[in-house]
Amino acid sequence: MQTSVLILVLLGVMALAFHFGRRRSLLTVGGRSKVRDLHSLPAYYGFYTALWAGLPALLVAGLWLFFEGSVITAMVVEALPAETKALPPAQLGLVVNDITNLANGNIVAGEIDDTLRRAADHMNELRGIGKLALAVVVLSVALGAGSLAWRAVGPKMRARNRVEWIVSMLLIVSSMIAIFTTVGIVLSVLFESFRFFQKIPLADFLFGLEWSPQVALRADQVGASGAFGAVPLFAGTLLISFIALLVAVPIGLMSAIYLADYASPRLRSYAKPVLEVLAGVPTVVYGFFAALTLAPAIRVAGESLGLSVSSESALAAGLVMGVMIIPFVSSLSDDVINAVPQSLRDAAYALGATRSETIRQVILPAALPGIMGGILLAASRAIGETMIVVMAAGLSANLTANPLDSVTTVTVQIVTLLVGDQEFDSAKTLAAFALGLLLFVVTLGLNIVALHIVRKYREQYE
Amino acid sequence: MADSQTTRKRAIDVVNASLKKRYAREARFRRVGLGAVILGLVFVSVLFLDIVGKGYTAFVQTHVELEVYLDPAIIDPQGTRDMQAIARANFRKIVREPLKELFPEVSGRRDKRALNKILSSGAPYQLLDMVRADPALIGQRVSVDLLVDDDIDMLVKGHIDRNAPPADRRVNDKVIGWVDRLDEQGLIKSKFNTGFFTNGDSREPELAGIGGAVAGSFYTLLVTLLLSFPIGVAAAVYLEEFAPKNRWTDLIEVNINNLAAVPSIVFGLLGLAMFINLFGLPRSAPLVGGLVLTLMTLPTIIIASRAALKSVPPSIREAALGVGASRMQTVFHHVVPLAMPGMLTGTIIGMAQALGETAPLLMIGMVAFIVDIPGGPMDPATVLPVQVYLWADSPERAFVERTSAAIIVLLGFLIAMNTIAVIMRRRFERRW
Repeated sequence: MQTSVLILVLLGVMALAFHFGRRRSLLTVGGRSKVRDLHSLPAYYGFYTALWAGLPALLVAGLWLFFEGSVITAMVVEALPAETKALPPAQLGLVVNDITNLANGNIVAGEIDDTLRRAADHMNELRGIGKLALAVVVLSVALGAGSLAWRAVGPKMRARNRVEWIVSMLLIVSSMIAIFTTVGIVLSVLFESFRFFQKIPLADFLFGLEWSPQVALRADQVGASGAFGAVPLFAGTLLISFIALLVAVPIGLMSAIYLADYASPRLRSYAKPVLEVLAGVPTVVYGFFAALTLAPAIRVAGESLGLSVSSESALAAGLVMGVMIIPFVSSLSDDVINAVPQSLRDAAYALGATRSETIRQVILPAALPGIMGGILLAASRAIGETMIVVMAAGLSANLTANPLDSVTTVTVQIVTLLVGDQEFDSAKTLAAFALGLLLFVVTLGLNIVALHIVRKYREQYE
Repeated sequence: MADSQTTRKRAIDVVNASLKKRYAREARFRRVGLGAVILGLVFVSVLFLDIVGKGYTAFVQTHVELEVYLDPAIIDPQGTRDMQAIARANFRKIVREPLKELFPEVSGRRDKRALNKILSSGAPYQLLDMVRADPALIGQRVSVDLLVDDDIDMLVKGHIDRNAPPADRRVNDKVIGWVDRLDEQGLIKSKFNTGFFTNGDSREPELAGIGGAVAGSFYTLLVTLLLSFPIGVAAAVYLEEFAPKNRWTDLIEVNINNLAAVPSIVFGLLGLAMFINLFGLPRSAPLVGGLVLTLMTLPTIIIASRAALKSVPPSIREAALGVGASRMQTVFHHVVPLAMPGMLTGTIIGMAQALGETAPLLMIGMVAFIVDIPGGPMDPATVLPVQVYLWADSPERAFVERTSAAIIVLLGFLIAMNTIAVIMRRRFERRW
């Protein structure tokens, strides 16, 4: 039985359980007219029975599906001939891979001998048995637990409280998914990074000046030194983010000030949503624009001035990224500027200050911490941005401050190292996780500091 | 007395003298602000005009109308009408025949090959599909609009500069002459490009479409929606209505705010390490993409849902509790329905984010070249933004046009979703 069919059947069982639980509650007190003798409304007895029929069975099915793969593989390996079993683990893994592919009906690399075919048949057979057994076990758990709950239904049972307890547990579990996600991120990058740092010393990674992640297969191979010094990546990331902030901060801040203090309500009602559109455009669109329109334009312009411009210049990526984060800067600045109390403005106006003097000498200094927080948030966006730089920045890890040169960033390297075929033990793949860990730590730090500043600043005027 | 009057006068003089300068500064500041706003608006319009200008031509496709003879001797020599045998027939020869008739003077291997290259490599399959749909056509002469090669398509659409030196363009003068002659006879036609919306990916630009990517996006978003909406709402309800104020719930709150700002690519790393390597879920599947995007959009949905719950006034809760409802009943019968429009708005915005997301999906292998249109969340698939990324890497000029068109479609979806969210907010927003 297919898993999806099984789940549908389980839902049917739950619906039936609801019906019977509800009916039994009414029967035990003697009909609808006596419904007041029940502790809870009849529907709660139905929910109670249905939850008992559904949840344990779902739990069993989940655990089963989680372990099924490894158990079947272990059984298939157990049944392999002795000489195959005696292979070293890595080679045995390849054999198991072949068997799995063969069982799935995929194309298998290399020739298929009789042992493999028999093992694949064995695997398919086990899978069939497993599916059947799963259906039997899940349905009997559902029926068993459901009927136990059904028998417990009676006028004295506090069905509502029990159902509400289960629901509140579900709510708590849902709210903890955020924690699980963070823990999952930390564990997955930390674990792989740890393996990476066993191969490459931490200091080499953090302070090395050369990045060339191709690991040599032979000792005499050219251009495959396998150097993992991440400094050029940091430099590239910072260069591009700096260009982006150079674009976004003045434009974002000035347009926020203009829209908050000068613009007519009409202009504001049109201009604000249009600027917000910039935040909603997918980053891949910006990347396309940077790579195909802006970069060639910059190249042509640079060459007409006699400069040599790389076709994947940091400038193109940085400018477009700056455009992307304008709305972040402007909406955050807008928030903090509006949070400055009106009394401060009124006081400045009463002293005869012009509007721009009020803004520059009263409002901006008062809003400065909040604006700094906004800029930090924008910076963390820029550092973590991926698609623009993947499409418009280069791959060569140059250590340069020239915006017309091609640089590479942390995110670009993560993508290039992980897209495509990969083995999971090579330093090359693991390096991506180390970079990911770094990225996570840096952006998290920036965010925590920024949110702290913004919150503290808001409290000041509330 | 006289003394104080002179000083007062002097102060006013000082102010007056500086006024002109101060007003000039004021005007300058104002102009800079206006300039910043205009610059922002210019960026938006340049971005959109550039994309639309590059992409709108992809919605029509050039065809050449040729009269082909569906020769039974080639298609079905045995006359069995067996579709499997017909599928192996040499349709390529059939589509080339009319070109040969139109240009009898063409000789020599290279020229012949160039002539045949006018037609798309998908043209024979067009005929095959026709015959499949209607086997009675075999043996007849039919006039068919056949797809042309992407280079010819670009030429007809004017994207290839005819005056450029021959080495710099992908079609030589001879081919241009042939195409012009076809055009003079009225055989070159531009038709609405339905294939772009229904086809899967292809290495040939004229055959490539976004059908597969749209289906992949659909399944991915479906998984995301089914998971993130219930979980997000449940988490928001717990945090807003039930959670005690203690360090544990504070931790959850801080966590959610921070997750909202974690770079999306890090979620991709999580998906790769957890879902694919640890749990053994298949690579490139919309299911895994949906799981990753769920984790990404949850903070957005939780934050929006909490704001919606917060805006329901306490009097509603007190009234329900006052007539004897339990807390759970109060929340689920009264508060959540009233907050639902706000929650749905937040969910739509979260979904729009998920639709435009690319980077984490690259990590979990949704960048494969997939021709087939996925039929479910376990099939290998790609999504619309990833398709844009893949095509943007292709060197053919025709792919630039298709990429832009795919972006137009993507932006169309996003604008539609955001408009719905805005309309919902306007219509259902209640002021208490």
